[in-house]
Amino acid sequence: MSTSAAGSMLDVRDLVVRYGGVTALHGCSLHVDTGEIVALLGGNGAGKTTMLRSISGLVRPASGSVAFLGRSLSGTAPFNIARSGLVHAPEGRRIFTRMTIRENLDLGAYAVRSRQEADRRRQEVLSIFPRLQERLDQSAGTLSGGEQQMLAIGRALMAGPQLLLLDEPSLGLAPLFVQTIFKVIREINERGTAVLLVEQNARAALHIAARAYLLENGCIVREASAEAMLDDPSVVAAYLGA
Amino acid sequence: MHEFFAQLVNGIALGGIYALIALGYTMVYGIIELINFAHGDVYTLGSFFSLTILGALGVSGEVRGPLLIVDVGVTIIGAAMLCGIVGILIERLAYRRLRFAGRLAPLITAIGVSFILENVMQVWRGPSPVAFPAVFPTHIYNVGGVGISLLQLAVVTLAIGTMLLLEFFVHHTRFGQAMRATAQDREAATLMGIDINRTIALTFFVGSALAGLAGFVSGAYYQSTWFFNGFGAGLKAFTAAVLGGIGNLAGAMLGGFLIGIIESFATWKLGGQWSNVTVFTILVLTLVFRPAGLLGEVTPEKV
Ligand SMILES: Nc1ncnc2c1ncn2[C@@H]1O[C@H](COP(=O)(O)OP(=O)(O)OP(=O)(O)O)[C@@H](O)[C@H]1O
Ligand SMILES: [Mg+2]
Repeated sequence: MSTSAAGSMLDVRDLVVRYGGVTALHGCSLHVDTGEIVALLGGNGAGKTTMLRSISGLVRPASGSVAFLGRSLSGTAPFNIARSGLVHAPEGRRIFTRMTIRENLDLGAYAVRSRQEADRRRQEVLSIFPRLQERLDQSAGTLSGGEQQMLAIGRALMAGPQLLLLDEPSLGLAPLFVQTIFKVIREINERGTAVLLVEQNARAALHIAARAYLLENGCIVREASAEAMLDDPSVVAAYLGA
Repeated sequence: MHEFFAQLVNGIALGGIYALIALGYTMVYGIIELINFAHGDVYTLGSFFSLTILGALGVSGEVRGPLLIVDVGVTIIGAAMLCGIVGILIERLAYRRLRFAGRLAPLITAIGVSFILENVMQVWRGPSPVAFPAVFPTHIYNVGGVGISLLQLAVVTLAIGTMLLLEFFVHHTRFGQAMRATAQDREAATLMGIDINRTIALTFFVGSALAGLAGFVSGAYYQSTWFFNGFGAGLKAFTAAVLGGIGNLAGAMLGGFLIGIIESFATWKLGGQWSNVTVFTILVLTLVFRPAGLLGEVTPEKV
């Protein structure tokens, strides 16, 4: 199955990214449509993080293009990309450990001028992550790894994303937290947010995704529906641990 | 005992000046990990800007009554704004392009900017000390046997008031929050939609404006200023920032007052020639035994 990119919410074409002499992405194309969860799978060092970082503008590609909602993002400062509804929850969570949980959430809504709107969003996020509610005014550094990941996702939601980029949200979490995280991603998606999900936990990712891309050594080697991927013996052997 | 309190009051006033300068060092270090060696010179510039403004207002000596508040207010605000703008220019022209150049290049550049400012001021106001009008009435209030001048009272009030305002600004405003987020993780802050360049520019503005304020205060306190003032005062304020824990606002204030008091007592008990030695011995001891400073926090960072 190959879907068309025209009219997609996110349209990445022929992206080439180099770090000094090393080419991390060799002309990759992918797209995400409105309301979709798309999984981006691949081994260590395949270039998944680089892909997300080029989409959110943290890395400047050598060539190729990224368009969001029909507008090219080339030359748009990353903070403006974040404000346009394309929100990136980066690898390693990157929460502000020296600030409180409330402050972290408020920073997620930094571009939201209205106090009431920010408060409303905080209530909504806290209804998704009730664990954060009790500890709102504690330092975020005191949270466990799983709670920090919840905060990272909650903070990204505060921006009111139309498209959410998630980089390995389940990495290093206890199985119970992993389940919660995937349940939440599905919930977020059901509320209307498209998600581009990078995951090592390929099986769980394919269970909630509509489509998936396989990235190997900086090249997209396969695009298929999630079901097709789950049924494919070669994918199972390489990514799903048989 | 009387002399003890007199020295204490003197030390606190002096410390207020150091604290105001130290805040700028610590804010800039906190956000871009640069020791802005030009900061002390911005402080000197503040005293010269104050002189110019006082001249324009026609103030050449003591001012009494409500006019004192107006004249001092206009001078302080003017000098602080001008220094703030100089701070923004320094960041924009000298440091911004070196943001990804490692640590040595910006440090050397900062020393270069310091030389440039010192030379510009030397050309502008000459190589010798310049008299600063004694704007504050010289009346000495007797507080429990200790003489406190209106000037000393004003210095301490200004310093503490400014710090409280700054604390509020940093912890309870949007920009303050952006500043702290940027200081902690610049890239994550960007992903929150924070304009890093603007935030860093604002940090330089605020830090430099405080140095400008300190410049006025010290001019009024010593009734004199000269182009090379910022070198020594800058080093002492830097020591204060390190003593309190560099990057830490409350630490800068505490360090400033401590250094002021220590210097004042060292001058009294050991003689003026020992004051610098004492202060820099403290710097070395802090760096050796408590590099994080008095209030330098150890934060639990979860992986
Ligand atoms: N800042 C950098 N400088 C130089 N090389 C880099 C940099 N970041 C990534 N690379 C290289 O680019 C390639 C792709 O890295 P990337 O982090 O995108 O992979 P990934 O698929 O996210 O891997 P992982 O699963 O380990 O997170 C790797 O070979 C990596 O070493
Ligand atoms: Mg990665």
